[in-house]
Amino acid sequence: MTALVLLDHEGGQIRKAALSAVTAATHLGDVHVLVAGNAALAQAASQIAGVSKVLHAADARYAHELAEPLAALLVSLAGSYDHIVAAAGATGKNVLPRAAALLDVQPIPDVVSIVDAQTFVRPIYAGNALATVRSADAKKVLTVRSASFDAAPAEGGSAQIETVAAVDSPDVSWFEAVQLSDSARPDLESARVVVSGGRGMGSEEKFHALDPLADALGAAVGASRAAVDSGFVPNELQVGQTGKIVAPELYMAFGISGAIQHLAGMKDSRVIVAVNKDPEAPIFQVADYGIVGDLFEVVPQLVEELKK
Amino acid sequence: MKILVPVKRVVDYNIKPRVKADGSGVETAGVKMSMNPFDEIAVEEAVRLREKGAASEVVVVSIGVQQAQDTLRTAMAMGADRAILVLTDEGPEPLAVAKVLRTLVEKEGPSLVVLGKQAIDDDMNATGQMLAGLLGWGQGTFASKVDVVDGRVHVSREIDGGTEQVSLALPAIITADLRLNEPRYASLPNIMKAKKKPLETIPAADLGVDMAPRLTVVSVAEPAERKAGIKVGSATELVEKLRNEAKVI
Repeated sequence: MTALVLLDHEGGQIRKAALSAVTAATHLGDVHVLVAGNAALAQAASQIAGVSKVLHAADARYAHELAEPLAALLVSLAGSYDHIVAAAGATGKNVLPRAAALLDVQPIPDVVSIVDAQTFVRPIYAGNALATVRSADAKKVLTVRSASFDAAPAEGGSAQIETVAAVDSPDVSWFEAVQLSDSARPDLESARVVVSGGRGMGSEEKFHALDPLADALGAAVGASRAAVDSGFVPNELQVGQTGKIVAPELYMAFGISGAIQHLAGMKDSRVIVAVNKDPEAPIFQVADYGIVGDLFEVVPQLVEELKK
Repeated sequence: MKILVPVKRVVDYNIKPRVKADGSGVETAGVKMSMNPFDEIAVEEAVRLREKGAASEVVVVSIGVQQAQDTLRTAMAMGADRAILVLTDEGPEPLAVAKVLRTLVEKEGPSLVVLGKQAIDDDMNATGQMLAGLLGWGQGTFASKVDVVDGRVHVSREIDGGTEQVSLALPAIITADLRLNEPRYASLPNIMKAKKKPLETIPAADLGVDMAPRLTVVSVAEPAERKAGIKVGSATELVEKLRNEAKVI
Protein backbone atom coordinates (compact mmCIF):
# COMPACT_ATOMS: atom_id res chain seq x y z
CA MET A 1 0.00 0.00 0.00
CA THR A 2 1.13 3.53 -0.72
CA ALA A 3 0.22 6.77 1.00
CA LEU A 4 0.42 10.24 -0.51
CA VAL A 5 1.40 12.99 1.94
CA LEU A 6 0.66 16.62 1.10
CA LEU A 7 3.76 18.44 2.39
CA ASP A 8 2.72 21.95 3.36
CA HIS A 9 5.14 24.82 3.50
CA GLU A 10 5.33 28.35 4.82
CA GLY A 11 7.86 31.11 4.26
CA GLY A 12 9.76 28.95 1.76
CA GLN A 13 10.27 26.08 4.20
CA ILE A 14 8.55 22.73 4.55
CA ARG A 15 6.63 22.90 7.83
CA LYS A 16 8.00 20.71 10.57
CA ALA A 17 4.50 19.35 11.16
CA ALA A 18 4.57 17.92 7.63
CA LEU A 19 7.56 15.78 8.66
CA SER A 20 5.38 14.27 11.39
CA ALA A 21 2.77 13.47 8.76
CA VAL A 22 5.48 11.58 6.83
CA THR A 23 6.20 9.51 9.96
CA ALA A 24 2.49 8.75 10.38
CA ALA A 25 2.27 7.68 6.74
CA THR A 26 5.17 5.23 7.14
CA HIS A 27 2.78 3.21 9.38
CA LEU A 28 0.48 2.85 6.36
CA GLY A 29 2.95 1.75 3.68
CA ASP A 30 5.25 3.24 1.09
CA VAL A 31 5.34 7.06 1.27
CA HIS A 32 5.09 9.46 -1.66
CA VAL A 33 4.82 13.19 -1.05
CA LEU A 34 3.21 16.00 -3.01
CA VAL A 35 4.88 19.41 -2.91
CA ALA A 36 3.18 22.41 -4.46
CA GLY A 37 5.79 25.12 -4.89
CA ASN A 38 9.26 25.86 -6.21
CA ALA A 39 12.08 23.48 -7.11
CA ALA A 40 13.97 24.14 -3.87
CA LEU A 41 11.02 22.79 -1.89
CA ALA A 42 10.86 19.66 -4.06
CA GLN A 43 14.60 19.21 -3.55
CA ALA A 44 14.19 19.54 0.23
CA ALA A 45 11.31 17.04 0.13
CA SER A 46 13.47 14.48 -1.68
CA GLN A 47 15.94 14.53 1.24
CA ILE A 48 13.35 13.53 3.87
CA ALA A 49 14.08 10.10 5.29
CA GLY A 50 11.41 7.52 4.45
CA VAL A 51 10.07 9.24 1.32
CA SER A 52 10.33 7.14 -1.85
CA LYS A 53 8.93 9.57 -4.41
CA VAL A 54 8.31 13.31 -4.64
CA LEU A 55 5.49 14.59 -6.83
CA HIS A 56 6.33 18.19 -7.65
CA ALA A 57 3.46 20.47 -8.67
CA ALA A 58 5.49 23.31 -10.13
CA ASP A 59 2.67 25.21 -11.85
CA ALA A 60 2.25 28.72 -10.47
CA ARG A 61 -1.41 28.13 -9.58
CA TYR A 62 -0.29 25.82 -6.74
CA ALA A 63 2.35 28.09 -5.24
CA HIS A 64 0.09 29.45 -2.50
CA GLU A 65 -1.54 26.11 -1.71
CA LEU A 66 -5.02 27.44 -2.50
CA ALA A 67 -7.57 24.73 -1.72
CA GLU A 68 -9.48 24.89 -5.01
CA PRO A 69 -6.63 23.96 -7.41
CA LEU A 70 -4.76 21.80 -4.90
CA ALA A 71 -7.77 19.64 -3.99
CA ALA A 72 -8.43 19.08 -7.72
CA LEU A 73 -4.79 18.02 -8.16
CA LEU A 74 -4.99 15.61 -5.22
CA VAL A 75 -8.14 14.08 -6.68
CA SER A 76 -6.39 13.56 -10.04
CA LEU A 77 -3.51 11.77 -8.29
CA ALA A 78 -5.62 9.83 -5.78
CA GLY A 79 -6.15 6.80 -8.02
CA SER A 80 -2.72 5.39 -7.17
CA TYR A 81 -3.05 5.74 -3.42
CA ASP A 82 -4.85 4.08 -0.53
CA HIS A 83 -4.30 6.92 1.91
CA ILE A 84 -4.03 10.68 1.50
CA VAL A 85 -2.40 12.31 4.51
CA ALA A 86 -1.47 15.81 5.65
CA ALA A 87 -0.50 17.52 8.87
CA ALA A 88 -3.51 18.85 10.76
CA GLY A 89 -2.51 22.47 10.17
CA ALA A 90 -4.12 25.34 8.30
CA THR A 91 -3.27 23.91 4.87
CA GLY A 92 -4.20 20.28 5.53
CA LYS A 93 -7.47 21.28 7.16
CA ASN A 94 -8.28 23.59 4.28
CA VAL A 95 -7.41 21.29 1.39
CA LEU A 96 -8.04 17.68 2.46
CA PRO A 97 -11.76 17.88 3.32
CA ARG A 98 -12.40 19.50 -0.06
CA ALA A 99 -10.49 16.74 -1.83
CA ALA A 100 -12.32 14.13 0.28
CA ALA A 101 -15.72 15.51 -0.74
CA LEU A 102 -14.70 15.30 -4.41
CA LEU A 103 -13.64 11.68 -3.82
CA ASP A 104 -16.89 10.95 -1.93
CA VAL A 105 -14.91 10.12 1.21
CA GLN A 106 -15.54 11.12 4.82
CA PRO A 107 -12.20 12.54 6.05
CA ILE A 108 -10.69 11.62 9.40
CA PRO A 109 -9.15 14.73 10.97
CA ASP A 110 -6.64 15.10 13.80
CA VAL A 111 -5.50 11.49 13.98
CA VAL A 112 -3.36 10.86 17.08
CA SER A 113 -2.84 7.12 16.63
CA ILE A 114 -3.02 4.64 13.76
CA VAL A 115 -4.48 1.27 14.79
CA ASP A 116 -4.43 -0.28 11.31
CA ALA A 117 -4.96 0.84 7.72
CA GLN A 118 -8.69 1.42 8.32
CA THR A 119 -8.79 2.30 12.00
CA PHE A 120 -7.68 5.53 13.62
CA VAL A 121 -7.88 7.26 16.98
CA ARG A 122 -8.89 10.92 17.12
CA PRO A 123 -9.83 13.26 19.93
CA ILE A 124 -13.36 14.66 20.09
CA TYR A 125 -14.97 17.16 22.48
CA ALA A 126 -11.75 19.16 22.87
CA GLY A 127 -9.80 16.05 23.75
CA ASN A 128 -12.18 15.06 26.56
CA ALA A 129 -12.78 11.81 24.72
CA LEU A 130 -10.80 9.68 22.30
CA ALA A 131 -12.81 8.07 19.51
CA THR A 132 -11.52 5.02 17.67
CA VAL A 133 -13.15 5.03 14.23
CA ARG A 134 -13.03 2.58 11.35
CA SER A 135 -13.49 3.89 7.83
CA ALA A 136 -15.56 2.00 5.27
CA ASP A 137 -14.36 4.26 2.43
CA ALA A 138 -12.18 2.76 -0.30
CA LYS A 139 -9.63 5.53 0.23
CA LYS A 140 -8.81 7.14 3.55
CA VAL A 141 -8.22 10.86 3.78
CA LEU A 142 -6.70 11.92 7.08
CA THR A 143 -4.93 14.77 8.82
CA VAL A 144 -2.59 13.91 11.68
CA ARG A 145 -1.58 15.76 14.80
CA SER A 146 2.11 16.62 14.68
CA ALA A 147 2.32 16.42 18.49
CA SER A 148 1.52 12.69 18.28
CA PHE A 149 4.14 11.61 15.71
CA ASP A 150 7.87 12.32 15.73
CA ALA A 151 9.13 14.37 12.80
CA ALA A 152 10.81 12.31 10.07
CA PRO A 153 14.49 13.30 9.69
CA ALA A 154 14.78 16.11 7.13
CA GLU A 155 17.99 14.57 5.78
CA GLY A 156 18.99 11.08 4.73
CA GLY A 157 16.52 10.34 1.95
CA SER A 158 17.12 10.41 -1.79
CA ALA A 159 13.72 10.16 -3.41
CA GLN A 160 13.23 10.67 -7.13
CA ILE A 161 11.37 13.83 -8.12
CA GLU A 162 8.58 13.63 -10.67
CA THR A 163 6.91 16.77 -11.99
CA VAL A 164 3.14 16.54 -12.15
CA ALA A 165 1.15 18.51 -14.70
CA ALA A 166 -1.49 21.01 -13.65
CA VAL A 167 -5.12 19.91 -13.84
CA ASP A 168 -8.27 21.93 -14.47
CA SER A 169 -10.07 23.36 -11.46
CA PRO A 170 -12.70 26.05 -10.95
CA ASP A 171 -11.07 29.48 -11.33
CA VAL A 172 -12.82 31.01 -8.33
CA SER A 173 -10.12 31.99 -5.83
CA TRP A 174 -7.12 34.30 -5.87
CA PHE A 175 -4.25 34.72 -3.46
CA GLU A 176 -3.80 38.36 -2.42
CA ALA A 177 -1.23 38.63 0.36
CA VAL A 178 0.22 36.97 3.42
CA GLN A 179 1.60 38.35 6.66
CA LEU A 180 3.78 35.94 8.61
CA SER A 181 4.68 36.92 12.13
CA ASP A 182 8.34 37.73 12.14
CA SER A 183 9.64 35.75 15.04
CA ALA A 184 13.14 34.66 15.86
CA ARG A 185 11.63 32.20 18.32
CA PRO A 186 11.16 28.49 17.63
CA ASP A 187 7.99 27.27 15.97
CA LEU A 188 5.22 26.84 18.54
CA GLU A 189 4.20 23.36 17.38
CA SER A 190 7.69 21.89 17.46
CA ALA A 191 9.38 23.86 20.27
CA ARG A 192 10.96 21.91 23.14
CA VAL A 193 9.77 24.51 25.64
CA VAL A 194 6.62 26.66 25.42
CA VAL A 195 5.96 29.68 27.65
CA SER A 196 2.29 30.68 27.52
CA GLY A 197 0.27 33.56 28.90
CA GLY A 198 -3.43 33.97 29.57
CA ARG A 199 -5.91 36.60 30.59
CA GLY A 200 -3.83 37.19 33.72
CA MET A 201 -1.16 38.89 31.58
CA GLY A 202 -3.43 41.93 31.65
CA SER A 203 -2.57 43.71 28.40
CA GLU A 204 -0.71 43.50 25.11
CA GLU A 205 2.14 45.49 26.63
CA LYS A 206 2.38 43.42 29.80
CA PHE A 207 2.29 40.20 27.80
CA HIS A 208 5.90 40.99 26.86
CA ALA A 209 6.86 40.25 30.47
CA LEU A 210 7.21 36.66 29.22
CA ASP A 211 9.84 37.58 26.58
CA PRO A 212 12.93 37.46 28.85
CA LEU A 213 11.87 34.05 30.18
CA ALA A 214 11.24 32.71 26.66
CA ASP A 215 14.66 34.08 25.67
CA ALA A 216 16.35 32.42 28.64
CA LEU A 217 14.76 29.05 27.83
CA GLY A 218 14.91 29.27 24.03
CA ALA A 219 11.17 28.78 24.19
CA ALA A 220 8.27 29.47 21.85
CA VAL A 221 5.57 31.81 23.17
CA GLY A 222 1.95 30.65 23.28
CA ALA A 223 -1.31 32.01 24.63
CA SER A 224 -4.75 30.95 25.76
CA ARG A 225 -7.86 31.80 23.79
CA ALA A 226 -8.74 34.36 26.49
CA ALA A 227 -5.49 36.22 25.78
CA VAL A 228 -6.19 36.16 22.05
CA ASP A 229 -9.80 37.27 22.55
CA SER A 230 -8.58 40.12 24.76
CA GLY A 231 -6.32 41.27 21.93
CA PHE A 232 -3.03 40.75 23.81
CA VAL A 233 -1.50 38.57 21.09
CA PRO A 234 -2.30 37.44 17.53
CA ASN A 235 -4.31 34.28 16.94
CA GLU A 236 -1.39 32.23 15.62
CA LEU A 237 -0.10 31.97 19.20
CA GLN A 238 -3.31 30.35 20.41
CA VAL A 239 -2.91 26.96 22.09
CA GLY A 240 -6.08 24.92 22.52
CA GLN A 241 -9.01 23.16 20.91
CA THR A 242 -9.35 25.77 18.21
CA GLY A 243 -5.71 26.77 18.06
CA LYS A 244 -2.49 24.82 17.99
CA ILE A 245 -1.97 21.49 19.70
CA VAL A 246 1.42 21.28 21.40
CA ALA A 247 3.22 18.63 23.39
CA PRO A 248 6.60 20.09 24.35
CA GLU A 249 9.00 18.73 26.94
CA LEU A 250 8.11 21.69 29.16
CA TYR A 251 4.97 23.82 29.07
CA MET A 252 4.80 26.84 31.38
CA ALA A 253 1.39 28.49 31.85
CA PHE A 254 1.25 32.00 33.32
CA GLY A 255 -2.05 33.60 34.26
CA ILE A 256 -3.96 30.81 32.50
CA SER A 257 -6.93 29.46 34.44
CA GLY A 258 -7.04 26.18 32.51
CA ALA A 259 -10.36 26.07 30.63
CA ILE A 260 -10.96 22.66 29.00
CA GLN A 261 -10.52 24.29 25.60
CA HIS A 262 -6.99 25.29 26.58
CA LEU A 263 -6.09 21.99 28.25
CA ALA A 264 -7.08 20.27 24.99
CA GLY A 265 -4.09 21.92 23.36
CA MET A 266 -1.34 21.23 25.90
CA LYS A 267 -2.20 18.44 28.32
CA ASP A 268 0.07 15.96 26.55
CA SER A 269 3.14 18.06 27.37
CA ARG A 270 5.74 16.07 29.31
CA VAL A 271 6.11 18.54 32.19
CA ILE A 272 3.59 21.27 32.95
CA VAL A 273 4.27 24.28 35.17
CA ALA A 274 1.50 26.67 36.22
CA VAL A 275 1.77 30.06 37.88
CA ASN A 276 -1.52 31.62 38.90
CA LYS A 277 -2.83 33.88 41.64
CA ASP A 278 -5.88 31.70 42.13
CA PRO A 279 -5.05 28.50 44.07
CA GLU A 280 -8.30 26.96 42.78
CA ALA A 281 -7.47 27.51 39.09
CA PRO A 282 -8.13 24.24 37.18
CA ILE A 283 -4.71 24.49 35.52
CA PHE A 284 -3.17 23.24 38.80
CA GLN A 285 -5.05 19.94 38.36
CA VAL A 286 -2.86 19.09 35.37
CA ALA A 287 0.34 20.87 36.42
CA ASP A 288 3.35 18.91 37.68
CA TYR A 289 4.65 22.00 39.46
CA GLY A 290 2.58 24.95 40.52
CA ILE A 291 3.27 28.31 42.12
CA VAL A 292 0.39 30.27 43.62
CA GLY A 293 1.47 33.86 43.20
CA ASP A 294 1.80 36.99 41.09
CA LEU A 295 3.31 36.07 37.74
CA PHE A 296 4.83 39.54 37.40
CA GLU A 297 6.96 38.76 40.47
CA VAL A 298 7.62 35.10 39.65
CA VAL A 299 8.70 35.56 36.01
CA PRO A 300 11.66 37.92 36.75
CA GLN A 301 12.73 35.64 39.61
CA LEU A 302 12.71 32.67 37.26
CA VAL A 303 14.83 34.59 34.75
CA GLU A 304 17.34 35.40 37.53
CA GLU A 305 17.42 31.77 38.72
CA LEU A 306 17.98 30.47 35.19
CA LYS A 307 21.07 32.69 34.88
CA LYS A 308 22.68 30.96 37.87
CA MET B 1 -28.04 38.66 -2.03
CA LYS B 2 -29.09 35.80 0.17
CA ILE B 3 -26.86 34.23 2.84
CA LEU B 4 -27.31 30.69 4.12
CA VAL B 5 -25.94 29.88 7.59
CA PRO B 6 -25.91 26.26 8.81
CA VAL B 7 -25.98 25.94 12.61
CA LYS B 8 -25.45 22.91 14.84
CA ARG B 9 -26.89 22.06 18.25
CA VAL B 10 -24.06 20.79 20.45
CA VAL B 11 -23.28 20.12 24.12
CA ASP B 12 -22.83 23.56 25.70
CA TYR B 13 -19.19 24.60 25.70
CA ASN B 14 -19.19 25.09 29.48
CA ILE B 15 -20.16 21.48 30.15
CA LYS B 16 -17.41 18.94 30.70
CA PRO B 17 -18.35 16.01 28.46
CA ARG B 18 -18.71 12.55 30.04
CA VAL B 19 -17.92 9.38 28.15
CA LYS B 20 -20.75 6.83 28.38
CA ALA B 21 -20.00 3.80 30.54
CA ASP B 22 -20.39 1.41 27.60
CA GLY B 23 -17.83 3.33 25.54
CA SER B 24 -20.29 4.00 22.73
CA GLY B 25 -20.04 7.77 22.78
CA VAL B 26 -20.38 10.90 24.88
CA GLU B 27 -23.42 11.42 27.11
CA THR B 28 -25.82 13.97 25.63
CA ALA B 29 -29.06 12.97 27.42
CA GLY B 30 -30.07 15.52 30.03
CA VAL B 31 -27.08 17.73 29.16
CA LYS B 32 -27.44 21.44 28.41
CA MET B 33 -27.29 21.99 24.65
CA SER B 34 -26.48 25.24 22.82
CA MET B 35 -25.59 26.58 19.43
CA ASN B 36 -22.06 25.67 18.39
CA PRO B 37 -20.02 28.81 19.32
CA PHE B 38 -18.41 29.11 15.87
CA ASP B 39 -21.88 29.00 14.30
CA GLU B 40 -22.92 31.94 16.48
CA ILE B 41 -20.02 33.86 14.93
CA ALA B 42 -21.23 32.80 11.46
CA VAL B 43 -24.79 33.98 12.20
CA GLU B 44 -23.47 37.28 13.55
CA GLU B 45 -21.36 37.87 10.42
CA ALA B 46 -24.29 37.15 8.11
CA VAL B 47 -26.59 39.47 10.08
CA ARG B 48 -23.95 42.22 10.00
CA LEU B 49 -23.60 41.86 6.22
CA ARG B 50 -27.38 42.29 5.92
CA GLU B 51 -27.34 45.28 8.28
CA LYS B 52 -24.60 46.86 6.14
CA GLY B 53 -26.73 46.37 3.06
CA ALA B 54 -24.45 43.77 1.49
CA ALA B 55 -27.13 41.09 1.87
CA SER B 56 -30.91 41.06 1.75
CA GLU B 57 -31.84 37.89 3.61
CA VAL B 58 -30.25 35.52 6.13
CA VAL B 59 -31.57 31.95 6.17
CA VAL B 60 -30.40 29.58 8.92
CA VAL B 61 -30.53 25.82 8.58
CA SER B 62 -29.93 23.00 11.02
CA ILE B 63 -29.73 19.28 10.33
CA GLY B 64 -30.70 17.29 13.37
CA VAL B 65 -33.37 16.31 15.85
CA GLN B 66 -36.59 18.21 16.57
CA GLN B 67 -34.96 20.14 19.44
CA ALA B 68 -32.60 21.81 16.96
CA GLN B 69 -35.58 24.14 16.50
CA ASP B 70 -34.39 25.91 19.66
CA THR B 71 -31.03 26.54 18.05
CA LEU B 72 -32.72 27.94 14.96
CA ARG B 73 -34.92 30.21 17.11
CA THR B 74 -31.78 31.49 18.83
CA ALA B 75 -30.27 32.29 15.43
CA MET B 76 -33.44 34.12 14.42
CA ALA B 77 -33.39 36.03 17.71
CA MET B 78 -29.90 37.17 16.71
CA GLY B 79 -31.35 38.49 13.48
CA ALA B 80 -31.71 35.69 10.92
CA ASP B 81 -34.90 36.08 8.86
CA ARG B 82 -36.12 32.52 8.56
CA ALA B 83 -35.10 28.94 9.28
CA ILE B 84 -35.10 25.44 7.83
CA LEU B 85 -34.85 22.30 9.95
CA VAL B 86 -33.79 19.13 8.16
CA LEU B 87 -35.03 16.42 10.48
CA THR B 88 -32.82 13.38 11.19
CA ASP B 89 -32.36 10.94 14.07
CA GLU B 90 -28.65 10.25 14.03
CA GLY B 91 -25.95 12.89 13.98
CA PRO B 92 -24.85 12.77 10.35
CA GLU B 93 -21.18 12.99 9.32
CA PRO B 94 -19.82 16.11 7.58
CA LEU B 95 -19.96 14.40 4.15
CA ALA B 96 -23.70 13.73 4.56
CA VAL B 97 -24.27 17.22 5.99
CA ALA B 98 -22.45 18.76 3.02
CA LYS B 99 -24.65 16.75 0.62
CA VAL B 100 -27.84 17.88 2.40
CA LEU B 101 -26.61 21.48 2.32
CA ARG B 102 -25.87 21.18 -1.40
CA THR B 103 -29.53 20.33 -2.06
CA LEU B 104 -30.62 23.32 0.03
CA VAL B 105 -28.17 25.60 -1.78
CA GLU B 106 -29.61 24.44 -5.10
CA LYS B 107 -33.12 25.20 -3.81
CA GLU B 108 -32.40 28.52 -2.09
CA GLY B 109 -29.74 29.96 -4.39
CA PRO B 110 -27.64 31.88 -1.81
CA SER B 111 -24.60 33.91 -2.92
CA LEU B 112 -22.77 33.13 0.29
CA VAL B 113 -22.82 30.26 2.77
CA VAL B 114 -21.23 31.17 6.10
CA LEU B 115 -20.43 28.32 8.51
CA GLY B 116 -18.56 27.95 11.77
CA LYS B 117 -15.09 26.54 11.11
CA GLN B 118 -15.70 23.52 13.34
CA ALA B 119 -18.27 22.04 15.69
CA ILE B 120 -17.01 21.66 19.24
CA ASP B 121 -18.47 18.16 19.62
CA ASP B 122 -16.88 16.12 16.83
CA ASP B 123 -14.15 18.74 16.14
CA MET B 124 -14.20 17.72 12.47
CA ASN B 125 -13.55 21.10 10.82
CA ALA B 126 -14.68 19.79 7.44
CA THR B 127 -18.27 20.65 6.44
CA GLY B 128 -17.57 24.05 4.85
CA GLN B 129 -14.66 22.79 2.80
CA MET B 130 -16.65 19.73 1.69
CA LEU B 131 -19.66 21.80 0.67
CA ALA B 132 -17.37 24.12 -1.32
CA GLY B 133 -15.88 21.09 -3.07
CA LEU B 134 -19.27 19.61 -3.94
CA LEU B 135 -20.49 22.93 -5.33
CA GLY B 136 -17.22 23.86 -7.07
CA TRP B 137 -17.23 27.16 -5.18
CA GLY B 138 -14.32 29.07 -3.69
CA GLN B 139 -13.72 28.66 0.05
CA GLY B 140 -12.50 31.26 2.55
CA THR B 141 -11.85 29.11 5.59
CA PHE B 142 -10.83 30.22 9.14
CA ALA B 143 -11.93 33.76 8.32
CA SER B 144 -11.03 36.67 10.59
CA LYS B 145 -12.35 39.38 8.24
CA VAL B 146 -14.88 39.35 5.42
CA ASP B 147 -15.69 42.11 2.88
CA VAL B 148 -18.05 41.81 -0.05
CA VAL B 149 -17.03 44.19 -2.85
CA ASP B 150 -18.16 44.19 -6.51
CA GLY B 151 -19.16 40.57 -6.83
CA ARG B 152 -16.18 39.26 -4.94
CA VAL B 153 -15.60 38.43 -1.31
CA HIS B 154 -12.28 39.32 0.29
CA VAL B 155 -11.32 37.12 3.20
CA SER B 156 -8.52 37.34 5.76
CA ARG B 157 -7.66 33.82 6.88
CA GLU B 158 -5.98 32.60 10.05
CA ILE B 159 -3.05 30.40 8.99
CA ASP B 160 -0.35 28.65 11.02
CA GLY B 161 2.21 31.45 10.96
CA GLY B 162 0.04 34.55 10.55
CA THR B 163 -2.72 35.80 8.27
CA GLU B 164 -3.46 35.38 4.57
CA GLN B 165 -5.78 37.34 2.28
CA VAL B 166 -7.64 35.68 -0.56
CA SER B 167 -10.46 36.85 -2.80
CA LEU B 168 -13.22 34.62 -4.07
CA ALA B 169 -15.77 34.84 -6.84
CA LEU B 170 -19.39 34.77 -5.63
CA PRO B 171 -21.08 32.50 -4.81
CA ALA B 172 -18.63 31.34 -2.15
CA ILE B 173 -18.19 29.55 1.16
CA ILE B 174 -16.87 31.24 4.30
CA THR B 175 -15.97 29.45 7.55
CA ALA B 176 -15.75 31.62 10.65
CA ASP B 177 -12.81 31.70 13.03
CA LEU B 178 -13.12 33.16 16.48
CA ARG B 179 -11.74 36.63 15.79
CA LEU B 180 -14.22 37.35 13.00
CA ASN B 181 -16.61 39.11 15.36
CA GLU B 182 -18.16 39.01 18.80
CA PRO B 183 -21.70 37.62 18.54
CA ARG B 184 -24.48 39.73 20.03
CA TYR B 185 -26.78 38.58 22.79
CA ALA B 186 -30.37 38.26 21.68
CA SER B 187 -32.57 40.81 23.42
CA LEU B 188 -35.88 39.75 24.98
CA PRO B 189 -37.97 41.59 22.35
CA ASN B 190 -35.95 39.90 19.61
CA ILE B 191 -36.40 36.49 21.26
CA MET B 192 -40.18 37.13 21.23
CA LYS B 193 -40.05 38.28 17.61
CA ALA B 194 -38.06 35.17 16.61
CA LYS B 195 -40.93 32.97 17.76
CA LYS B 196 -43.05 34.38 14.95
CA LYS B 197 -40.43 34.05 12.20
CA PRO B 198 -40.98 31.25 9.65
CA LEU B 199 -39.45 27.83 10.40
CA GLU B 200 -39.86 25.13 7.77
CA THR B 201 -39.27 21.47 8.66
CA ILE B 202 -38.13 19.02 5.97
CA PRO B 203 -37.64 15.29 6.72
CA ALA B 204 -34.11 14.39 5.58
CA ALA B 205 -35.50 11.40 3.70
CA ASP B 206 -37.37 13.79 1.36
CA LEU B 207 -34.08 15.21 0.07
CA GLY B 208 -32.92 11.94 -1.46
CA VAL B 209 -29.43 12.19 0.00
CA ASP B 210 -27.43 9.12 1.01
CA MET B 211 -26.66 9.84 4.66
CA ALA B 212 -25.24 6.44 5.62
CA PRO B 213 -22.20 6.93 7.85
CA ARG B 214 -18.79 5.99 6.46
CA LEU B 215 -17.12 5.83 9.84
CA THR B 216 -17.95 3.20 12.45
CA VAL B 217 -17.24 4.24 16.00
CA VAL B 218 -15.34 1.29 17.46
CA SER B 219 -15.09 2.83 20.90
CA VAL B 220 -14.99 6.11 22.77
CA ALA B 221 -12.73 6.30 25.79
CA GLU B 222 -11.63 8.81 28.38
CA PRO B 223 -8.10 10.05 27.75
CA ALA B 224 -5.48 9.17 30.34
CA GLU B 225 -5.99 11.46 33.33
CA ARG B 226 -3.12 13.69 34.24
CA LYS B 227 -2.47 13.78 37.96
CA ALA B 228 -2.06 17.05 39.77
CA GLY B 229 1.53 17.52 40.89
CA ILE B 230 2.90 19.61 43.71
CA LYS B 231 2.90 23.27 44.62
CA VAL B 232 6.30 24.82 45.17
CA GLY B 233 6.98 27.89 47.26
CA SER B 234 9.37 29.90 45.14
CA ALA B 235 11.00 30.44 41.76
CA THR B 236 14.24 29.08 43.21
CA GLU B 237 12.58 25.84 44.21
CA LEU B 238 10.82 25.56 40.83
CA VAL B 239 14.03 25.93 38.84
CA GLU B 240 15.75 23.42 41.12
CA LYS B 241 12.93 20.89 40.53
CA LEU B 242 12.93 21.46 36.76
CA ARG B 243 16.70 20.98 36.66
CA ASN B 244 17.19 18.06 39.02
CA GLU B 245 13.86 16.24 39.36
CA ALA B 246 12.13 16.66 35.97
CA LYS B 247 15.50 17.16 34.21
CA VAL B 248 13.78 19.24 31.59
CA ILE B 249 16.03 22.33 31.56
